[in-house]
Amino acid sequence: MTAEPITGIVTPIRLDYTYTPGTAPSGFLRGMKEGRILGRRCPQCSKVYVPPRGSCPMCGVEFADEVEVADTGTLVTFAVVNVNFANRVIDLPYVSGEVRFDGSDTTSMVLVQGIPVDEVRMGMRVKAHWLPREEWDFTFANIDYVEPIDEPDADYDSYREFV
Amino acid sequence: MTDTKVLSAPHSMEFPYTRSTGPMVGAFLTGLRDRRVLGVRDSAGRVVVPPPEYDAATAAVLPADDLIEVATEGVVTSWSWNPKPRAGQPFERPFAWALVQLDGADTGLLHALDAPRESIRTGMRVRIRWADETVGYIKDIACFEPAS
Repeated sequence: MTAEPITGIVTPIRLDYTYTPGTAPSGFLRGMKEGRILGRRCPQCSKVYVPPRGSCPMCGVEFADEVEVADTGTLVTFAVVNVNFANRVIDLPYVSGEVRFDGSDTTSMVLVQGIPVDEVRMGMRVKAHWLPREEWDFTFANIDYVEPIDEPDADYDSYREFV
Repeated sequence: MTDTKVLSAPHSMEFPYTRSTGPMVGAFLTGLRDRRVLGVRDSAGRVVVPPPEYDAATAAVLPADDLIEVATEGVVTSWSWNPKPRAGQPFERPFAWALVQLDGADTGLLHALDAPRESIRTGMRVRIRWADETVGYIKDIACFEPAS
């Protein structure tokens, strides 16, 4: 008996890091532990970054005050995912969205649930669905997903710079 | 009260790549499954193990259908002690990485050498210790061991 020749192999590559956030991201993660979304405002351009870095990437100025933003926001763009990747266990198809939380000038990638995928649209107003309080940790994963809220869609002009 | 404890967390990334082997590496791995080691003759007349698809000097395509079997025993041409093995390496205990030029080959094959550090020297004779089960993967060679 002759076995088939080898034509492919699986070669896992694994990297184990220990991540230590800086001062500004630490503030964000501590906020998450309390169910709050914290950013920082640039004293020069006034933009609020969530999660924050130590300084403004546009102005090069050190960020000043910590700012709490809302857990409601606008879905500025999204993708319908039809192919799962390794270790991800979400029913297909699902929507991966970029959400601008109200008060923030950046977007965050979040899972969108609570609506059929073919009804998801840019400008849709959404709210964070948090994990149960006892499960909150120092992680953005405390926000399990966002879901639509009963508000009119945002005007395109109000979020066009984030698309 | 301000919590001043520095945050820190493990962060692991794993990419489970599936790679197509191509004709040459595929034939080499198929050979390992049969406990045979194959090489190819390059434009300079040297037998290269493992066999590359293209000639290193001329970039000519080398013949995957004309591979040369070499011995499962050879000589250590270079080695390095690995005192702190990492996850996924051939042994959890300290071991050596060695370049082994198998008899009939003109190049070195990199693999683990299982021998006491004091006993290892360039020029020592070693042989392949095969895995209990061979599947067509480089780990079909469990390691090299001293040929006594």
